[in-house]
Amino acid sequence: MDAFTLHEGLCAALSLDDVDTDQIIPKQFLKRTERDGYGDSCFFDWRYDQSGQPRPDFELNHPAYRGASVLLTGRNFGCGSSREHAAWALSGYGFRAVLAASFADIFTTNALANGLLPVRLSEATMETLLKRTRRRDGYRLTIDLTLQQVSDGSGVVAGFDIEPFWRDCLLSGRDPIAMALSQEAAIRAFEETRSELLPVTLDQHRL
Amino acid sequence: MLLYVDLHLVHEVTSPQAFAGLRLSGRAVRRPDLTLAVMDHLVPTWERSRPTPDPIGREQLRQLSENCAAAGIPLLDLNDRRQGIVHVIGPELGMTQPGMTVVCGDSHTATHGAFGALAFGVGTSEVEQVLATQCLWQAPSPTLEVRVDGHLPAGVTAKDVALGIIGRLGVSGGQGSVIEYTGEVIRRLSMEGRMTLCNMTIEAGARAGLVSPDQTTVSYLAGRPGVPAGADFERASERWLQFASDPGADFDRTVEVRAAELAPYVTWGTTPAMVATVTGRVPWLADLLDEAERSAAARALSYMGLTEGTAIEDIPIDRVFIGSCTNSRLEDLRAAAAVAAGRRVHPRVRAMVVPGSGTVKRAAEAEGLDRIFQASGFEWREAGCSMCLGMNPDILQPGERCASTSNRNFEGRQGAGGRTHLVSPAMAAAAALYGHFVDVRRLPSAAAIGN
Ligand code: SF4
Repeated sequence: MDAFTLHEGLCAALSLDDVDTDQIIPKQFLKRTERDGYGDSCFFDWRYDQSGQPRPDFELNHPAYRGASVLLTGRNFGCGSSREHAAWALSGYGFRAVLAASFADIFTTNALANGLLPVRLSEATMETLLKRTRRRDGYRLTIDLTLQQVSDGSGVVAGFDIEPFWRDCLLSGRDPIAMALSQEAAIRAFEETRSELLPVTLDQHRL
Repeated sequence: MLLYVDLHLVHEVTSPQAFAGLRLSGRAVRRPDLTLAVMDHLVPTWERSRPTPDPIGREQLRQLSENCAAAGIPLLDLNDRRQGIVHVIGPELGMTQPGMTVVCGDSHTATHGAFGALAFGVGTSEVEQVLATQCLWQAPSPTLEVRVDGHLPAGVTAKDVALGIIGRLGVSGGQGSVIEYTGEVIRRLSMEGRMTLCNMTIEAGARAGLVSPDQTTVSYLAGRPGVPAGADFERASERWLQFASDPGADFDRTVEVRAAELAPYVTWGTTPAMVATVTGRVPWLADLLDEAERSAAARALSYMGLTEGTAIEDIPIDRVFIGSCTNSRLEDLRAAAAVAAGRRVHPRVRAMVVPGSGTVKRAAEAEGLDRIFQASGFEWREAGCSMCLGMNPDILQPGERCASTSNRNFEGRQGAGGRTHLVSPAMAAAAALYGHFVDVRRLPSAAAIGN
C-alpha cells in the first residue's frame, strides 16, 4: 500500500459537519470498475452546476485553495455509504490528509487503506486550524506520522492518535493482506475449530 | 486482531476493484464456499427480459459474473429466482445465523445483526482482504445499549423506532460503537422488524447493531435453505441460543427510549437524524440553539425546498418509493397494502413498490398484495435496490419530492436535486393516497399496521 511518513501542504477548508460519501462521490460515478480516475468527480454535485461550470459558492472552488493537499472539515466526515470511491476521489483530487474532529468508521479504514491520512483533532484545535485556513492566505500544515503531530510553524502543534496497526502499515508501506496471509497457520487452525453446523454457500442444492 | 469472517456477501458495485486487486497480486479467493454474490445495486426493476440500459452498468454486471465464475463463488444473477437485495436474501436463505461474523462491501450490513450476528460494512480494500484471507484486521469496539421499553402504540413500526432512536442519538451518536438493541419492544419485534431496526444502525454512525437471539430467531430460521435440518436443527438452535446476551450484561453506555414516546416519523432534512413526528413541524431555526445545528438545518431546508415551521402533514408529495433493504420484506409490503387496499393513489403521485427479493415478490403475489397495489395505482416491480440509491433507471427528477421507505435522505441520494423524506411503509402508502403526509394512526387501517 501507499506509504505515508510526512506531508507538508496547502490547506483547504470545507466548513460543514456530516459530509457524507454520497456528496464526496455521487452514485453516477460508481459504475466504473477502476480504482483511479475519480478526482474530477469528487464533490461533483456541489462543485459544478448543471451546465458543468464550477459553482463559485462552493467553498473548495475558491482560487486560494487551488493545489491544496490538506483538507480541513467538520465533524463526522465521510458518513453514510461504504463506497471506497470516496477515498479514491479525495486522493484523485490531490488530498493526502483530511483533518476533522471526527470521522465515520468505514471511511477511516478506506482512507487509511489508500494512504490518505485521516487526522482526528480536538474540536478546539480544529476551530483554530479552520479559522487560519479560511483566511485564504496560503496557510500550510505539516503532518508528521512518525511524531503523530500536526504543526503550522506559527504556534500550532497538536498531537493525534492513530491505531498502531495502521500507523505501522502506513510508515512501512506494508500490505494488510500480506500481513494476514503470514498468519496462515493460525487461520487454518481456527478453521479446524469452526462448527460443522455453520452454513456454506456453495451447496447450491440446499441454497 | 484478526477476525475470521463466516459469511462474505458480495455485489456488483464494490467488488470489481477487489477482484482486480487479487488478480494483480496473483492471489486466489480463499473460501468461495463462505462467499455469496448477488446483483442488486444497479439492476433495472422492469421485466427481466428487458436489458440493463447503460453500457457501463452492464460491464459491471458482466465482471461480477466473470469474477464469480473464475473463483467458484455462487452468484444469484438477474435470472435467478432468489435474486434480490443483498441484505434481504442473506437472511431469507438462512445464511445469516446467530453468532456469525458477516461482512459485505455495503454499509447496511448491520441488518444481519438482527440474528445476533456481528455484521458490518467494509470498503473495497477490505473486500479484497476477505476474499484473499477470509479475515479482517479489527480493533474491538465500545458497546452501546439502546433499550426500548414499554409497548409500541398502534401505527408505530420498527422503522419509526429506528428513526426515533437516530433522532435522539444524532448521525454520529453511535460512532465507533457496536449497538445492542434491548428491551420489551425489541423482544416483541418480528425478525423483519429487527432487521429494519438493525439496518438503520449505520445512520447513527455505529459500526454494527444487533439483537440477542431468542425463540423468534430460531422460528424464523427453521426450514431455510442454509439451515441444518432434522436432528442437526436441534443442535444448531441450541448452539444459536448460547449466543444470547447475559442478563445484566455490562455496556460502555446505555441509552433508554420509552416506546410510548415514539410516533410515526418523517424526516424533513438531509440527514436521517433530521426527523419530526408526523403531527409535528419542520423546526423553526430560531429554536435551534447550537450554531452548527442551525446552519445545517438552514442548508437542509433550502435544499429540501421547505419553509421553517411548516406542518409535516402540509408537505405535498410527488413520488412514493416502497422498497430497499430497510423496508421491502413481506411484512413491510403487507403493512403498505393494508393502507392502500381499496383506495387510489393521488393523481399527482407516482408510486412504486419494489420487493426486496424474488422470493418476497412471489410470496406477496401468492397472497394477492400485487393485485391490491396495482388496483390502487402503485407500480409493482422486480427486486433490487432501485430508488434507494438511484443507480438504475428509478430516480427522482430535480425538485421532485419523495416519501421513501429507504434509509438515506442525503442530498441527491435518489437522484440529483431530488428531495427524500424517510418514512415507514404504512406512512409511505398513506402519503401516496393523500398526496401529502398523513398520520396513519388516524386511518381506519391503523390496527392492521404491524409492529
Ligand atoms: S437497498 Fe439501498 S441501502 Fe440497501 S443495499 Fe441497496 S443501495 Fe444499499
